[in-house]
Amino acid sequence: MNKVIKYVFIDIVRNRIVLAYTILLSIISFSVFSLEDTSAKGLLSLLNLILFIVPLVSIIFSTIYIYNSSEFIELLVSQPLMRKNIWLSLFSGLSISLTLAFLIGAGVPIMIYQPNATGCIMVVMGCLLSLIFVAIAMMSAVSTRDKAKGIGAAIFLWLYFAVIFDGLVLFLLFQFEDYPLEKPMMVISALNPIDLSRIIVLLRLDVSALMGYTGAVFKGFFGTQSGFVVSLLVLILWVAAPLAWSVYKFDKKDL
Amino acid sequence: MRLISLLHLFSIVLFSITGAPLIAATYQVSKLSPASSIQQAINISANGDTIIVASGVYYEKNLIINKSVTLIGVGYPIVDGEGKYEVVSIKSNFVKLDGFKVQHSGYATLQDPAGIKIYDAHNVTICNNVLDDTFFGIYAQYAKNCVIKNNRLTSYGKEEQQIGNGIHCWKSDSMQIIGNTVSGHRDGIYFEFVTNSIIWRNISTKNIRYGLHFMFSHNDSYITNIFSKNGAGVAVMFTHGVRMFNNTFEENWGDAAYGLLLKEISDSYIDGNHFKKNTSGIFMEGASRITVKRNTFENNGWAIKIQASCMDVTVTQNNFFGNTFDVATNGSLVLNTFNGNYWDKYDGYDLNRDKIGDIPYHPISMYAMIIEKNPPAMILYRSIMVALLDKTEKILPTLTPENLKDEKPLMKPLRL
Repeated sequence: MNKVIKYVFIDIVRNRIVLAYTILLSIISFSVFSLEDTSAKGLLSLLNLILFIVPLVSIIFSTIYIYNSSEFIELLVSQPLMRKNIWLSLFSGLSISLTLAFLIGAGVPIMIYQPNATGCIMVVMGCLLSLIFVAIAMMSAVSTRDKAKGIGAAIFLWLYFAVIFDGLVLFLLFQFEDYPLEKPMMVISALNPIDLSRIIVLLRLDVSALMGYTGAVFKGFFGTQSGFVVSLLVLILWVAAPLAWSVYKFDKKDL
Repeated sequence: MRLISLLHLFSIVLFSITGAPLIAATYQVSKLSPASSIQQAINISANGDTIIVASGVYYEKNLIINKSVTLIGVGYPIVDGEGKYEVVSIKSNFVKLDGFKVQHSGYATLQDPAGIKIYDAHNVTICNNVLDDTFFGIYAQYAKNCVIKNNRLTSYGKEEQQIGNGIHCWKSDSMQIIGNTVSGHRDGIYFEFVTNSIIWRNISTKNIRYGLHFMFSHNDSYITNIFSKNGAGVAVMFTHGVRMFNNTFEENWGDAAYGLLLKEISDSYIDGNHFKKNTSGIFMEGASRITVKRNTFENNGWAIKIQASCMDVTVTQNNFFGNTFDVATNGSLVLNTFNGNYWDKYDGYDLNRDKIGDIPYHPISMYAMIIEKNPPAMILYRSIMVALLDKTEKILPTLTPENLKDEKPLMKPLRL
């Protein structure tokens, strides 16, 4: 298994796209921090960009990579290896390389300009988002043989989590505006990893005061130690669930 | 002592003949002198006398000043209320209290004991005192023409119900509150039914509720004060004719904090103030005929929240920098004008180079409107969805009030 991970990892690192992704992240991070007058504000702007770019690159790159290495996967399957191990090593290779790219590209500048708990949490969120969207990519890649369909599904999933979901939330908020929605909103935010990580980071920044009553309710939960652990667990579940599902599918798939 | 008494007698005789004390006596109070308590000295003094108190700790229970005397403390003599009594009660006109340290007043919510309380008196001067750990600090009721100057008031309140106000004026007129520093009270400075008064060069910080609380107090001015880090900022309510010049409202940051809360205010001026890092710079409700001019709004959550119940509010020649939201309102009715300000978010152009932007600026973003209607929507803050909504609204305004705009936005910030 380790050999396969090593091979996938080296293959990806040699690929120029991940290198370009790293450089892009670091250019964006450094320029955002030097443009804003306070580094706390820089962190806020960077949050926007990370929530946009990291899921997009992770999901699209992973999907394409899996489709492109379909022959290699077929070759591996013909070897005396467990299918589960093959799929998990693919996941590991992809997620290690993309997380590493994020850590170098965005983690280093964040640690330079904001070496505190909030900065650390943001780095952790970025890494988790990379893992989550690699897992989601594997799910969409395993579900169909057609490359165009698979990539289309991946793009749609990204669009759903990044934009459409929030639109639905806004719609819900207006439909049920006569009801107290703070507590249901907490559950709903757990249904979208991008929203969840955005809220966790926002609550740690000054702007949380703008969030009024809703912010206070959220802070009452996410601000506590146990709330933070629960939200981390939810995010880990967001990695585990799609991954488990894709492993199950791949195990049964007729290549 | 005998000589003093004689002198004293003499002055009383003179006073009764001429109607005014010709020779004002001076009494010394210290631990060593015959008059070892301040109350004793007041009891033997006459109107117009001066009592000089040497340093030391004086347990006077409740010190009552019922004659027109001048009390001067040398080296900050401590008057201690032992946590049980009102420390100093002034019940006479023309009293001056200078240079004392007043500490540990009683605590009672019914009698409102204070460090120094003025009862129904005029021309009282309270200056250069230090108040520490008092329930109310300096309390004036039915006072007139009084000066409260250069005092330092500190208290250690934890909850609103368990602490009084720093400088509290009630049903008073022509008061001068100058150069005081207040912290740790419920409201730093509290005015109710106080007219024709001035609050000048005070610093009010870290109070539990408001830095300045102002109700039914017409025709007052507050100038060059600093209000920072108070629980809820400054509140001015149910008043007309208030002039607010050159004050600093900063770091009133929290879920329910305002730089300046205006409720039912009319015919007032807000000029040359600095609003920095407040959750809401100014919150206006039911305000009318107000001029907001030459102010700087910097790094606030909302620079101005103006409810649709406001009318004839003129916002002009202000600078807006780095606020999350410039203006928010809760309805489509706009009876106020916003012309001639500098907005850092303005991205228009100026073809004829007259330093005024050629296209109007709409200071309300769509998202600000959404939040005003549906506060829980704030959890979508900084999401891509919101950025998209704001961009589309900018191109094609639908939800934001069409009339709320700056027709003459400035291209460069004003020098203020």
